[in-house]
Amino acid sequence: MSLAFDLSRTPSFFRDETFRGDFTFENSPESIRRFPFPFDRDQYMYAVNIEQHMPGPPKSATAFPIDIDEHYVAEMADRAKVLAEDPLRCQSLPHMITAEWDLLELLMTSMARDYPQWFSLHRDGDRWHWVNRPLGIDQRFTFGDAATLPYGPMEYVTRQCQGDFCLLDQRDDNLWLDAGIVTSQADWSLDFDLGMNFIEWHGPVPRAHDMGIFERALKFLLNLQIGRPIRRLNWTMTINPRLDTSPENYHRWGIDRTTVTPENVGDKVHLRVELQALWRLPRSNAIVFSIRCYLIKMRELVTVPKWGRRFHRVLRDLPADLADYKGLTNYRATTLEWLAPYDDGAPTSPGFFPD
Amino acid sequence: MSEITSRPIWGKLDPADQASAHLVCAEGHGIEAVVAAFAGRDGLLSRATVVHVAPVGAARPAGLGGAAYHRHPSRATALTAFRAHLARAKMGTQVHLAGSEAFLDEASAVAVACGIVGDGLTTELSGPATRRVQCVHCKGMMDEVAVTPFACSHCGINLTVRDHYSRRLGAFMGVCADAEAPGVLPAASRF
Ligand code: HEM
Repeated sequence: MSLAFDLSRTPSFFRDETFRGDFTFENSPESIRRFPFPFDRDQYMYAVNIEQHMPGPPKSATAFPIDIDEHYVAEMADRAKVLAEDPLRCQSLPHMITAEWDLLELLMTSMARDYPQWFSLHRDGDRWHWVNRPLGIDQRFTFGDAATLPYGPMEYVTRQCQGDFCLLDQRDDNLWLDAGIVTSQADWSLDFDLGMNFIEWHGPVPRAHDMGIFERALKFLLNLQIGRPIRRLNWTMTINPRLDTSPENYHRWGIDRTTVTPENVGDKVHLRVELQALWRLPRSNAIVFSIRCYLIKMRELVTVPKWGRRFHRVLRDLPADLADYKGLTNYRATTLEWLAPYDDGAPTSPGFFPD
Repeated sequence: MSEITSRPIWGKLDPADQASAHLVCAEGHGIEAVVAAFAGRDGLLSRATVVHVAPVGAARPAGLGGAAYHRHPSRATALTAFRAHLARAKMGTQVHLAGSEAFLDEASAVAVACGIVGDGLTTELSGPATRRVQCVHCKGMMDEVAVTPFACSHCGINLTVRDHYSRRLGAFMGVCADAEAPGVLPAASRF
């Protein structure tokens, strides 16, 4: 660590910003450098892109199992607004309570270990003491006794952790989406998908079923081992830095897709990347699926020349059915025109990272 | 109709000899599929309970042998009875559903919620191709939707029926049809 002033120890590390209304979200230069750019080559197609969830380079989005960044406080405020308007965004079937406690343990221990300046956890048997300094929370509770927390264990801990979370029960050689908190999703509904199995909830995805992707991915997940988490990246695009692009609110945000002009592409059009990680849980044998959303504006993206070139090529060559499914069709051409000057045709180096 | 992995595939009623009992729920002309499936199998009918949505005063349909027959005037009343029979059913009871798609959507969600899975449930589609649809925006449930797009009867938003089905809800998802071009609707099509 350098001797320079460490911004991450001051409250101002966390940006005061919004993901709705006036949309003041943006990324600092450091945040742009650590963006989990999802393309390791100049084209994109579905694949079983699963790797071990090993620590990445220091300061990268995968440096720690759970990534807390400068958007943390603002994202938690946005989640609270979504839940206040629509309680169905957080649901758990009764048999998932043990998995909820497993999740609380996973998140609290990771956050306290990797970000001791912000979070601490003291455990004395089942008497736990949790402190969350950025959100000003100091909570003593009894592990395993839901009555000692203001919300159920899953809701309690995920109101304090970036990313959507699903808890999957494993039975009949399948995974069942039996609990989750989903407030920053790319157009899918927890309320609708609750209780579905892996093949059912992936129903609307084009091509991937026929490519055998879901069958192979499911086989892999059924054998997921405790202590050996895995991850994958998924991506789409979002107009305005809106976290809550749910189907529930599509009648409100869908119109945004028609507001893209050559003048506003840089600010309005965002690449939306989901860093998805999966852990086997010790008590319940359930699996946690975390969906950590990262947004980057086109004008921010092109500050990394390799990413500007590459994203132009990926978007240009994306098959129409994938573009339709991802909802890009209305603004793809305008975005491509804006990106074209950043693609000089030079070759790009393999791999995700900036040159 | 497209292939959707989340959607159950309605099949043929297939009463199994080894089932300890048979619980049938049928709507309207769906009863004809029941009579056909049990034809010549009086032994099975003697262990069968039939819940039927049919008008008050309608005669007991012929061909049900020794089955216990219960007529109910509406789908809601029949499903209440069906749920009660399910709750009291003995181990090894096989469940059979016949009627319109919207009826099968709703009745199979009741069966699924009671833990009936796999070979324990057989279904047969008869009657109009209508679907049960839930508006994803206001969560209102609509039976007998025959056309897409249509206006939500609860909140008024124009909906298209997405190719996504929830067995828990027994419904397809209805999503705003004109969010990206208000007032511009795709041509209507029937299911
Ligand atoms: C086990 C936890 C997982 C959950 C809960 C989950 C959930 C979802 C959901 C809800 C969707 C959106 C479907 C819709 O349009 O309604 C989706 C899309 C998708 N999922 Fe998963 N998924 C999981 C794991 C995986 C894995 C391991 C793969 C690996 C191949 C995968 C591949 C995909 C793909 C390719 C899409 C389409 C994404 C796009 O084009 O934007 N999923 N997933």
